[in-house]
Amino acid sequence: MSADAHAAHGHGHDDHGHDDGRDHGSMKSYLIGFFLSVVLTAIPFWLVMTGVIENKNWTIAIVVAFAVVQIVVHMIYFLHMKTTSDAGWTMMALIFTIIIVVIALSGSLWVMYHLNVNMMPVHDMRNMP
Amino acid sequence: MNVTTPTINGTEVPVFYVVDEHDHPAGSSTMLGFWLYLMSDCLIFAMLFATFGVLGGSYAAGPGPKDLFDLKLVALNTAMLLFSSITYGLAMLEMMKGRVKSTQMWLGITGLFGLAFLCIELYEFHHMIHEGAGPWRSAFLSSFFTLVGTHGLHVTFGIIWLVTLMVQVARFGLIEANQRRLMCLSMFWHFLDVVWIGVFTFVYLLGVLR
Repeated sequence: MSADAHAAHGHGHDDHGHDDGRDHGSMKSYLIGFFLSVVLTAIPFWLVMTGVIENKNWTIAIVVAFAVVQIVVHMIYFLHMKTTSDAGWTMMALIFTIIIVVIALSGSLWVMYHLNVNMMPVHDMRNMP
Repeated sequence: MNVTTPTINGTEVPVFYVVDEHDHPAGSSTMLGFWLYLMSDCLIFAMLFATFGVLGGSYAAGPGPKDLFDLKLVALNTAMLLFSSITYGLAMLEMMKGRVKSTQMWLGITGLFGLAFLCIELYEFHHMIHEGAGPWRSAFLSSFFTLVGTHGLHVTFGIIWLVTLMVQVARFGLIEANQRRLMCLSMFWHFLDVVWIGVFTFVYLLGVLR
């Protein structure tokens, strides 16, 4: 009967007592998120606008890394993603979406790159992706 | 949770006990449903990013990112969207405390930041089209306008939604239904900010580096 009792109480895992297991953030979490976002946005813009790092590939890698970190920061501090939200279905949907997005993006770029390389009469190297 | 009872002819028939579902109050699954919508929206943007990734280097001997993009303008745009994110967060905090006036105030400020973002973007588009770099010029520009334009369209509808909710809150106060709607818009708004991170990184910054 313990399962029954659990079902009757439903979600309500968090201390706020909301019925969907979400929390809505606090002043502190919003300010932390905002501060981190400003830093994580300012650094890539600064890197690209001033061109401090000579090596372009390094700059690209750093800029992309900052973007990924900032997306995670937004997810946690602004969207309040938690593994317990809606009994984990929110996280499941997110993971599923990420898998689809990764397949679609990497697949498109990979296939189209090879299509370009193998099929097209190349006359201008700038047209390569 | 089943027990088996012997029947007359000796075969055992399972007996099932249906565990009662807890009842679902109105709107209890709205947040999950809205999250699923956002995820499908995410797929739309992923496809547009993929298109831009494939076509982003095809300038058709036209202008490239270096000639077109003004990073200072993009930085300003990013700041507008980031400010609107934090002010929406503050509106949500005021909503949790049940303060109608300050909620409305922060929502209004959020809307103004969103409007500023749109104006800057439209100025940029207008400027590019005026220079002959419209979406018809090259595959790069077609995919650029589609991706950034779709994001801009989302922000536009977000602002319309925001104004609608401000009217709702003004008329009916912070009732439970309005709180739920505000939470949905909150997710939508922050989601648009997440998409914008992808846009300014992959389209603008990497475009200029290319």
